[in-house]
Amino acid sequence: MSVRIGVRPCLALAAACILLEFAKAGAAAEIPLAERRSGYDLMGRETRAMQDDDATNPGTLWVLDGEALWNAKAGSAGRACSSCHGDARASMKGVAARYPAFDAARRRPVNLEERINFCRADRQKAPPLAFEGKDLLALSAYVARQSRGLPSEIAIDERTKPFLDAGRETFYRRQGQLNLACTQCHNDNWGKKLAGSIIPQAHPTGYPLYRLEWQGLGSLQRRLRNCFVGMRAEPYAYGAPEFVDLELYLMWRARGMKLETPAVRP
Amino acid sequence: MARAIVNVPAQARRGEIIEIKTLAAHSMETGFRRTQLGELIPRDIIRRFVCIYNGAEIFRVDLHPAVAANPLIAFTTVATESGTIECQWAGDNGYAVTETALIRVE
Repeated sequence: MSVRIGVRPCLALAAACILLEFAKAGAAAEIPLAERRSGYDLMGRETRAMQDDDATNPGTLWVLDGEALWNAKAGSAGRACSSCHGDARASMKGVAARYPAFDAARRRPVNLEERINFCRADRQKAPPLAFEGKDLLALSAYVARQSRGLPSEIAIDERTKPFLDAGRETFYRRQGQLNLACTQCHNDNWGKKLAGSIIPQAHPTGYPLYRLEWQGLGSLQRRLRNCFVGMRAEPYAYGAPEFVDLELYLMWRARGMKLETPAVRP
Repeated sequence: MARAIVNVPAQARRGEIIEIKTLAAHSMETGFRRTQLGELIPRDIIRRFVCIYNGAEIFRVDLHPAVAANPLIAFTTVATESGTIECQWAGDNGYAVTETALIRVE
């Protein structure tokens, strides 16, 4: 009995020390605002040229499909996105730079893809588009394209703070069979190489983006799932609130950085 | 949607070398990959690309497996006269797309 009493405070103290060390390490590891760099700056000249020119950026194919979907009627309400929102070039300018955004009715942040599907359900009376399906990627690429060149501006208030904290917690939490945290690569070792690839700082400013490895356009959640699998951790499902919290934290972490949608990455 | 994009300068000087850039949305499935159950995924690629400038063929490509998805084909020609630049893609499973761009030569 006396042994158990003796061990417990010791364990608690050790745990507290470890937590303290981790908190210190975490605070020190955050990249200073002025030193943040888009993955664009870390990639090769040819890939940058490919992104810069709409005539060679394959993301343009999705953006044009998205424009067609924007103007196409869908659902039993017989409305298109443009019926309410008009010309996306004006009405959607800067919108993607504010997502994930707090949804008052659902009392949580929602990302752009979810917002599109909620709009479909509520206003168009149309079935939701599948995550990572061609149509949802095209529509979100078209909407986010209207914010290209604008800075990410995530507003954090008392409603979104708990979700931001949850996302940050996920970013700093070691997980998976490799026992890695996002921060160990993307804060502590960015710019170095993991196998042949340069580790970026993980700023999600170009999504949905065209990844040459994917041979197609993909969402941020697809990329996050890749990272989770790489850590040998079980990824959350598409649309999971944990993913949206992490997206919120990453977009806040990239606050002020310019959107590049549709970006091209190796 | 079988989308394709042709990009040429809207206008050029006579005799100027212009670049034509094209993109076609296509999965370019090689025919060598297998599903998780071991079944071969049938080949589905673009086989041929042709560019016609005012009725005359100026550029042609035969494509084979191992060309990346959404192929970007860029090439140059001499701007000789105003008119149309027509690009045609044709491939497996009846894939056929034609896109046209206009050019003004002065």
